[in-house]
Formats: sequence, structure tokens, C-alpha cells
Amino acid sequence: MMRWVSLAAVAALIGAVAATPARANEEIALPHQNWSFAGPFGTFDRAAAQRGFQVYKEVCSACHSMKLAYYRDLTGIGLSEAQIAAVAASVTVPDTDDDGAAIDRPALPSDHFRSPFANEKAARAANNGAAPPDLSLIIKARDGGADYLYALLTGFSAAPSTMKMGDGMNYNKYYPGNQIGMVAPLSEGRVTYADGTPASVNQMAKDVTTFLAYISEPETEMRKALGVKVVLFFLLMTCVTYAVKRKIWADVDH
Amino acid sequence: MAGLHKSDIENPVINWIDSRLPIFTMLQKEYGVFPTPKNFNYFWNFGALAMITLMIMIATGIFLAMNYTAHTSMAFDSVQRIMRDVNYGWLIRYVHANGASMFFLVVYIHMFRGLYYGSYKAPRELLWILGVVILLIMMGTAFFGYVLPWGQMSYWGATVITNLFSAIPLVGEPIVTWLWGGFSVANPTLNRFFALHYLLPFVLIGVIFLHVAALHVTGSNNPLGIDVKGPQDTLPFHPYYTIKDSVGLCLFLAIFAYVVFFAPNFFGAADNEIPANPLVTPAEIVPEWYLLPFYAILRSVPSKLGGVLMMFGSIGLLFLVPWLDTSPVRSCKFRPVYRWFLGLLVVACVVLGAVGAHRPEGIWVLLGRLGTIYYFLHFLVILPVLGKLERPLPLPESISKAVLPRGGGPLPSGAAAKPMEKA
Amino acid sequence: MAESTTATAHSSHDGDGVTKRDFLTLVMGAGAAVGAGAVAWPLIDSMNPSKDVLALSSIEIDLKPIQAGQAITVMWRGKPTFVRHRTADEIKLAAKNDGLLDPATDKERVKAGKEQWLVVIGICTHLGCVPVGNKATDNRGEYGGWFCPCHGSQYDTSGRVRHGPAPANLPVPPYAFVSDTKIKIG
Repeated sequence: MMRWVSLAAVAALIGAVAATPARANEEIALPHQNWSFAGPFGTFDRAAAQRGFQVYKEVCSACHSMKLAYYRDLTGIGLSEAQIAAVAASVTVPDTDDDGAAIDRPALPSDHFRSPFANEKAARAANNGAAPPDLSLIIKARDGGADYLYALLTGFSAAPSTMKMGDGMNYNKYYPGNQIGMVAPLSEGRVTYADGTPASVNQMAKDVTTFLAYISEPETEMRKALGVKVVLFFLLMTCVTYAVKRKIWADVDH
Repeated sequence: MAGLHKSDIENPVINWIDSRLPIFTMLQKEYGVFPTPKNFNYFWNFGALAMITLMIMIATGIFLAMNYTAHTSMAFDSVQRIMRDVNYGWLIRYVHANGASMFFLVVYIHMFRGLYYGSYKAPRELLWILGVVILLIMMGTAFFGYVLPWGQMSYWGATVITNLFSAIPLVGEPIVTWLWGGFSVANPTLNRFFALHYLLPFVLIGVIFLHVAALHVTGSNNPLGIDVKGPQDTLPFHPYYTIKDSVGLCLFLAIFAYVVFFAPNFFGAADNEIPANPLVTPAEIVPEWYLLPFYAILRSVPSKLGGVLMMFGSIGLLFLVPWLDTSPVRSCKFRPVYRWFLGLLVVACVVLGAVGAHRPEGIWVLLGRLGTIYYFLHFLVILPVLGKLERPLPLPESISKAVLPRGGGPLPSGAAAKPMEKA
Repeated sequence: MAESTTATAHSSHDGDGVTKRDFLTLVMGAGAAVGAGAVAWPLIDSMNPSKDVLALSSIEIDLKPIQAGQAITVMWRGKPTFVRHRTADEIKLAAKNDGLLDPATDKERVKAGKEQWLVVIGICTHLGCVPVGNKATDNRGEYGGWFCPCHGSQYDTSGRVRHGPAPANLPVPPYAFVSDTKIKIG
């Protein structure tokens, strides 16, 4: 029937248009990685996320804040409460004492992750004018998400001779404009993993991306587990209501 | 008893209430036995779907408001607290955020249904006009709501859209300052947007009530676009259409749930996960998908005032549709030529949507202009002219004749004849 | 049933006299009820204490600065909580158990060996006012503890109600000594 043909044509067109990237982006395509947390049944690889936390702690946290996350959030990557208390106690956070004087006290699990700089101006001043972005939502806050972050962390190289680099800038294949203020943060053996995993750049990039994916969307596992049930429930209800509808309409010419 | 409504309801408690306030009689009349054309297809689900989506939006919105802080220094973090710490806060927020997209999707299909089957034509002009008012209020509500998370897109979207009013000659600048409550989008702006975002849905309920009331005066249109001739053409709304709407509702909720649970950020913009920064404009400011075609029209006109007028005109035009259409028949089923032009209008809207999502350069500029030209051409030229030129196909004598090849005999179910037994 | 006329028109009855459609309608109704309940729960639960609120449910208090005879007020879970350093006289007074409205011994309300420290939630059990008595200059009532300015309830040096209208003693929150001079409430 003509109507269905034209409807199908419109649907195909909508699909084709939707498939073109909404934001025109001349950057090169991001290589796709297999993430443990991808797909409707994905969960965070706990070991990778814990290694990633180590990378965050020993490398990223020197410059990047993660201020929306709490130490207590680390339960989601499989740390026990005692481990979290120890992690928190190993850093100090600014506070005031009972007399109102500024002090540094050991952090509690209920504290936000410590920010390396007191404020954005201080961060800017200490980093050649470019404030390191907060990492709390970094996977959601970049087009390409986890694939982008992994590509960025592994995309550092020497600049092509044709390219004139700005003062203090570094070449990165995947950064928009290819000039990034951050120095390549990862290098072979930059951290020593407790579980003996060789700390290659790719391994560390993958681990820290997994960790930051958890920090960006701590609800992921609960969301997907609940989602399977809810979608199945509504599909089942569709079938039941359709059967009832057939019965009710059985005696009507329509 | 003099002065009391004579209620037919047997339950004594309900009868007591109904005698004094006949809401049950009214519900029975408007949703129980209400005579409804028997030939609806599933396109007629979308009005009910829109109503239920609005209820979902209001319910989730009220619970979000319990945890949201409308202050520039706390709005972003309060939304993130909802996502991270409030019990099921992520679910409530994702339902609300994606619910906006689902609401527009459903309403756009509902509008397409109206255009395809000529539901705007006499005597349903006012019904259609109220529908356009609903669309405008929805757009306002969606815009205010998008500002509340106070991310980069929130801030810059608010800046760009409010600046549209600066195109008005002479009073433009004072109006924008008034809208902002200052000299840029700032805390007073966020506060009033929150107040208005909470208010408008209730205005929406009022207009929807009028929309439904007007519908129940004229009765529903139907896929054949011909008038109901008698009881043999209709079915009581309950159970026939309550159950048919339920089927569509369950399927709709399954799709809605899929988006919420497995692709909750599909319609979102990554830049809105970065807190608002008045010093840095994101590389591309893109409105939500449901506003993209209008945004494309705005950008297709190489004049500030012209673009704004065209954009608002493209919605304003919809008010005139009942009078722009000169065809003697309603349904596109019997309009072999117009049907294709309507398809072209859908294509133009989709293309304009794609244009709105891309930077205005290269092919997109041309496509944007073509889409804009066709959009206006369609309503201002094709609709009035084609109605006069086109020869409609022969209409069936009645709905029941059309659905019964052997000719409309007596209704086998007797459903419409004995409506009270259906309640 | 509402649809019975049409149901009998086309459905054959099985042995129990239940039609297939009735069964389907039942399934649909049950599904709708379950669905409505499941939808309501997240909304209701969102009003319960959130994770950040629960995470702040324990605090530590340094006892060193509190002199004998003094009491301080700290906030625990948003409630004023009294920490009182009792004198020997006050402890002796608290040992008297005659005429209690809400019988409880002082022993049950303090930690063994730390009888000088009394920790109670400072909310009058009558209608929720905060009793006075932490400062030496405050009216502590006839029993030397706390006096509620709203309706005149009086508490003794163990925080037990001695004079109505309050019906119950000031509750003792869960707490433990982390060290000799530090307690953790919650």
C-alpha cells in the first residue's frame, strides 16, 4: 500500500539523518574499544576500575579535581568500607576547627574527593593558563565518551613537522585542534599495579577510563539491571493488552 | 429530590456524591459510553499517549523540584546530587529529561495525524487552534526546563534564545534586559525560569482540558474523514478504545523505558555536563532535537529580524491551517496528490532538523533554505491552491459501509445500542 | 462484569465457567496494579534520606574542652545533642530512681566507667522544643538537669523526665568512646 511505502521512506530518511553525527566534527574517527560496562548487560570490571583508581590517585589527581564524587562512592568499584576509610584517611582535606581556624584534617568516607587546587584561578595559574577540567563527569561531558578519553590518553606523539605548536602545548591526535595543554600523563610503568598487571600506557588508559566511567555514572549497573526488567514487563503487558483487545474487538466489524 | 442530579449509579456512596456533583455521570458520558468512530487506527492513540506523558512529566517534575536548588551556585551540583545520592534520583531525572523528548515525539505524530486526516477542518478549527497553543506552551516549558541543570548548553541556550527578542526594533534591548532581570543570563533569570517551568505545565492542563472539551463537542474525526451518520458508525469509548489505547500505551512505555534505561543520554548534549561558564561558549550550540527545524529556519534567513519573524511565523502559520486548506474532503486517503506534498512537508521538516544540528556551512545552508522555502510554500500556496485543483477520490457513504464490504447491516454486538451495559 | 454481555456472545466457557477473556483481563489488571506500585516506589523512596544524608550520620566529638559541670550542644543528624560533663554531685543525684515517670536507671544511660559523661538528644519528648540547662546560668529546673521553656517539663541530671507534660526521658543516641577523650555518635 502506498501509505506504508511512503511511511517507510520517511522512517528510512529519519534514520539516515539521525545517523549523521549531530555535531559536525572534522576530527578523525575515534577507534572503538570493547568496554566491560557497554551494552544492556554491561558491568564495571572491578579489577580494572580499582587499577584505574590507582592511576587516578597517583597520576591524574595531581592536577585534576573530581569534586562531585565522594570517597564513599568507591564501594561501587569493590572496595570495602575499611579500605575506603583508609584511602580517605591517607589524604587531608581543608576544614575549620572549633575556633574557626583553617586546618587540614584527614578525610572521611563522607568527604568529596580532595581537589588539588583551592579554586579555578589557582588551577589555571599552576598549569600554564589552562585549568585542568574536573573529572567527575568527564565521560558524559565529552562527545565520544569512554572511547574519546582512551583515544586522548593514548593519542600523544611528536607533532608533525608541518605543525606550528603553541608555547607549552603538546600534540595529540584526538584532541580538537590537536594542541593540548596537558603533557602526556601516562608512560610505560608510570604506576606499579598491586595485582602485577603490566602497566603499559594502553592498560593504564583503559583502566583509568573504566574508573572514570564509573565515577561519571555510578548508577550504571543498577540502571541496566532494572531496565531489563522494566522493558520486559512493558513488552509482556503489550502482549497481554493486545490479546485482551483482540477479544474485546472480536465481535466488531472494523 | 428537587435540585439534585438524578444519578443512575447503584453504589450508594457514589450515588450520593454523584447526585450532588455529577462527576461520575460526566465521566461515564465522556469516557464510558462516548460514541467514538469505530474505524480508528493506531494513530488515534497518540492523544492519550500525550496526556499520559504529561502526567509522567508532572509527577517526576514534582519530585525533582523537591531536590533541585534554583541558584546559579548550586543548581548544577543539586542536579548531580539527584543523579548520585537521592534514592532513584537518576531514574526520576532520566524519565523527566527523556520524557520531554517522548512528549514532543508523541505530539508531533499526533499533529501529523491531524494534518494527514484533515482533523483541523471544520468543525474542528478551534480544537486545532487549542492544539497549537498547547504546542507553544510545551515549547516554552521545555526551554525553561532545559535551562535548569545550569550546564553549558543550558546557559548558552538561554542566552541565545532570549537574545532573539533583541531583534524587535526599539524595545528589543529593554525587553531582553527585563527577561533576564539583569544584563546577562544570571541568577534572577534562573529563578524566574524555574518558577515558570513549574507553572506552565498546569496552564497546559487547563488548555488540554479545553482541547478535550472541544473534541467532545464535535466528536472525533476518523481515518475516512467523513462524518458519523449514526450509532452504526460508532462504538462506546470504553472498553473499545480504552483497551486499544492501553495496547499503544504499553508499547510506548516499553520504548520510553528502553531509552531511559539503556540510552538515557542519547538526546542529551555532552556540553551540558559541564557547569555553566559565562566566559566560554561551547563550540556548537544545538537546541534539543524537537526544536531543531525551527532553529534551522531561524538561521536560514540572512537577517536577524527576518529570521526571528520567520521562525515564529512558522509556528504562527499553523493557526491558519484550517482556513488555508480549501479542499472539500478531510482525509488524505481521498487526496491522491496532496498526500505526496504532505509527505514532502515531513521530509522538509526532517531535513530542517538535520540542518539545525549542523554548522551553517556548505550544503547545509542550501538545504536549510530549500527546507524553509518548502515549509512556507506548503502552507501558503500548496494547501490553498491544491485544494481547489485536486480531484478527490469518491468518498464512502458511511463509516459502517466502508468497513463492512457487504454493506452496513445491524451491529452484531449491539454495543452502541445498549451502552449502559458497557460501563 | 462490565464486558459480560459481549463475553458470552463469543467466548466458550471452560469447565470452571471462567472465560479466557476474563482470565486475560485479570492478568492485565494484575499487571497494571503491579506496574503502578513499581512506578510509585521510586518516587516515594526518593523522599527518604539520600546517600549524602546517611553518610553524615556519625560525628566525632572531642571531650577535652568540656569542664565538669558544663554541657555542650552538637548537631547530630540535624538534632541538637547534649554532651554533659557531670560533677560528682550530679552523678549522685542521678542515682535516685524514686518517682520516675519513665523508669530507667542512670547506669543504663551512661557508659560504665565513664559515668561523668551524659549524652542525650536535646529534644523535649513532649512537642519537640529544645530544653535549657546547658549553661550554668540557665534554669535547670528542680531536678538540676534541663527545663523545657515551652510547657515546663523538667529533666534530671540523667536526662530522665521528672515533671510532665513530657511522657518520656531524653533519648540516648548510639555512641561509643573512641578514646578516653573522644566519642563517636552514630
